[in-house]
Amino acid sequence: MTFVTKTLSLGVALVSLAGCASSRSAPADADLTPEEPQVDPRVGLRAGLMDAAEATWNMRVVSRTPPEAPFSRNTNSDLAFTGHYVIQGNYSGFQIWDVTDPAQPVLTKAYICPASQSDPSVYKNLLFVSAEDLAARLDCGTQGVPDTVSAERLRGIRIFDISDIADPKYVGNVQTCRGSHTHTVVEDPNDSANVYVYISGSGRVRSPSEVAGCSLLQPEQDSGSALFRIEVIKVPLAHPEQAAIVSSPRIFEGLTAPATHGEAPQDVAEAAQMAAAARAAGWFTATEDGLEVVLTREFTAPLLDSIVAARQGTGTPTGADSAALQAALPGIFAAMYPAPSLRPDGTLPGPSQCHDITVYPAIGLAGGACAGYGLLLDIRDVAHPKRIGAVADSNFSYWHSATFNNDGTKLLFSDEWGGGGAAKCRATDKPEWGADAIFTLAENRMEFRSYYKLPAPQTAQEVCVAHNGSLIPVPGRDVMVQAWYEGGLSVFDWTDAAHPREIAFFDRGPVDSTKLSTGGSWSGYWYNGHIYSSEEARGLDVLELTPNALLSQNEIDAAKSVQLEYLNVQGQPRIVWPASFALPRAYLDQLARSGGYAPERIFAARNSLVLAEGQAGTARQETLKRLADRLTAEAAAAADPAKVRLAAAAVTALASAEP
Amino acid sequence: MQRSLARAAAALTLFAATACSGASHQAAAQDAPAPARADNGRRPHTAADVAFMSGMILHHAQAVVIAGWAPGHGASPAVQRLSERIVVGQQDEIAILRRWLVDRGEPVPAADSSAHTMHHATDMPGMLSPEELAQLDGARGPAFDRLFLTLMIAHHRGALVMVDRLFGAQGAGQDQTVFRIASDVHADQSTEIGRMQQMLASLPPEGQGP
Repeated sequence: MTFVTKTLSLGVALVSLAGCASSRSAPADADLTPEEPQVDPRVGLRAGLMDAAEATWNMRVVSRTPPEAPFSRNTNSDLAFTGHYVIQGNYSGFQIWDVTDPAQPVLTKAYICPASQSDPSVYKNLLFVSAEDLAARLDCGTQGVPDTVSAERLRGIRIFDISDIADPKYVGNVQTCRGSHTHTVVEDPNDSANVYVYISGSGRVRSPSEVAGCSLLQPEQDSGSALFRIEVIKVPLAHPEQAAIVSSPRIFEGLTAPATHGEAPQDVAEAAQMAAAARAAGWFTATEDGLEVVLTREFTAPLLDSIVAARQGTGTPTGADSAALQAALPGIFAAMYPAPSLRPDGTLPGPSQCHDITVYPAIGLAGGACAGYGLLLDIRDVAHPKRIGAVADSNFSYWHSATFNNDGTKLLFSDEWGGGGAAKCRATDKPEWGADAIFTLAENRMEFRSYYKLPAPQTAQEVCVAHNGSLIPVPGRDVMVQAWYEGGLSVFDWTDAAHPREIAFFDRGPVDSTKLSTGGSWSGYWYNGHIYSSEEARGLDVLELTPNALLSQNEIDAAKSVQLEYLNVQGQPRIVWPASFALPRAYLDQLARSGGYAPERIFAARNSLVLAEGQAGTARQETLKRLADRLTAEAAAAADPAKVRLAAAAVTALASAEP
Repeated sequence: MQRSLARAAAALTLFAATACSGASHQAAAQDAPAPARADNGRRPHTAADVAFMSGMILHHAQAVVIAGWAPGHGASPAVQRLSERIVVGQQDEIAILRRWLVDRGEPVPAADSSAHTMHHATDMPGMLSPEELAQLDGARGPAFDRLFLTLMIAHHRGALVMVDRLFGAQGAGQDQTVFRIASDVHADQSTEIGRMQQMLASLPPEGQGP
């Protein structure tokens, strides 16, 4: 899909050229994917709370578990995972599901403790839950807190001991000045006695009478201002009740990032091509925000007339007049849109908070989705994160969350335009609004590559915008599942950062066909072989991927071979694939799909794997070693040497693994 | 651009008065069987909640009107892009605010730009006065950009004041939908203020233009 439409939608100065209109109802690159549905089955699904029609493509619903009262009357939120349990936040508290059998989740514990958004995280025997709203109580009571200043209110983090998961013990909490909209558990590789929690609070600053020291003054007026900072909480594992704020890093200070990131290279190239064609046809062009744009006659006619007038001429402008205007346009545009002027201290006003932070401790980085900016943070000193990069985007309304790819070479940010309560995937909503922005990451520099948005239009009665997702550990590819509220789940491949592509989906009709209601998937996360979706209104859905032309059974099996003890999606673990037959086969399937290795060599390699699988002991080892040697030797001549070497390494690992 | 707090307070009182039956509606909402679908853990709402939700409809309505002027007033592409999102975003929010009031049997103000509506609404913080509206409507090109950004920043700041007042009112914001909407307004509009400040900073000095 091209994003030339974005340029064209700028309005005034632009004209539409043929062939640039994008149809949101047709999946991108439909002609390249034989199995892709030609008419998107997500369009026109029947509405219903528990009986809406469903559409799935390349995945299967394993179970649908409705919530029980009082959780059924309140919004389900984020998910955390530990062992064979899923912890699901809810504005009434949290629910712990035993998913030993994903086809039949069993409710182990429903803990009533109201607060929005109740985002949960786990670490060992501890469970952390966010609280931000005014009605959240220290004692977990359901009656709210009517007083504007009250010692009974809890806005911050609740800490539970889940050593006995069926009987969580509320062991402590930490009050923060702006509450905790979300939080991120951060493990410090150099500190095994403590775990850290980054608090992203976006709420109104609390009264200093309620929480001492809270100040809503600007930092230049009060160095203790609760604005423009995040909170870092240190939790002693032996004494979680002693958890406390240890630092309040001002990660926004001195922010000088521009309001927009650069345009994607292919957009620049396409725009230049269009502009050249337009100039040949007699139109004028100029460069705006790094992109060539075609100007309307309404814009250029008066300018042209003034050039004619300047030479004291009359009548139709000549070719020389046109040439003079084209030459003068860069200067005219530079005067209209000069570079931003900075504040006296050399900075621009930055965001005052983050919405969410995703940490990747293995590479010492975090992605901060912070209101008007996407930030890159150095977290090697866990208690003192430092900003090392920032991007902005005038197409982004509210930077909401971040996801690294496993190699740490890409970073995806999402934009929760409309706050998760509005329909932003209508056919009239632009594909770059309320979407994901994909950046490549090299030497701590973020380079914009493309947008990804749910490629099926939703109705005006369906809450829909980019929301929470996680990586799916398909080896050799960057694949992710993402929740889009009532837009359902979209699984997409962003290995090629410039061309993300959907490879599977699940969608339901709206909760109500007559009005916008709370509902849809808050989070869609992969955990140990299944995709868990926290449905705001409909409970817990469990799904699995099914093999298809875009994702083979071997790739799915290799993804399933990654088994974690626990998972907080905002604390990304580095994925390491254990030795398995599926792993080299997954790479071979990818090579077959891409033409990265000769078909007959792939055939031979697959045969060797079949042979080895039927063998035992040294015979198996010998077969595998020979195959690994062969792959290594042939890699250099292959079209995709790197992937052939990955296959060779996977075979070597298998040879040395216990049979 | 400083607005009279007293005037704004009077406006809130006015809205509270028009929505005078808040207490009885609360009872009705509680007696009714639980709706099939959650309404976010409905707690009793207050007159301040109703005043905020209906006031914000009118506040948004004015933003939608003036943002809608951008294409016809020679706004720059950047201001047009911002305006387009304000139009779509705030129209969507108006629908959500209306739904909240309808679901609770509260009176719903007409979100139109009629003289009557605008007359009442100009008393709210950040609202443009009839004179400012006329001045903006008369501006074109870079002059429109400058005035639009200046007035819209003030308009957004007014919305933040409304959120602050809501959360400062006894018993208010306990309803989770109200809390969420107010928090979203706060987050979105403070983010947008930052963006508009940057855009304002990047405009050419006054009096210069192509």
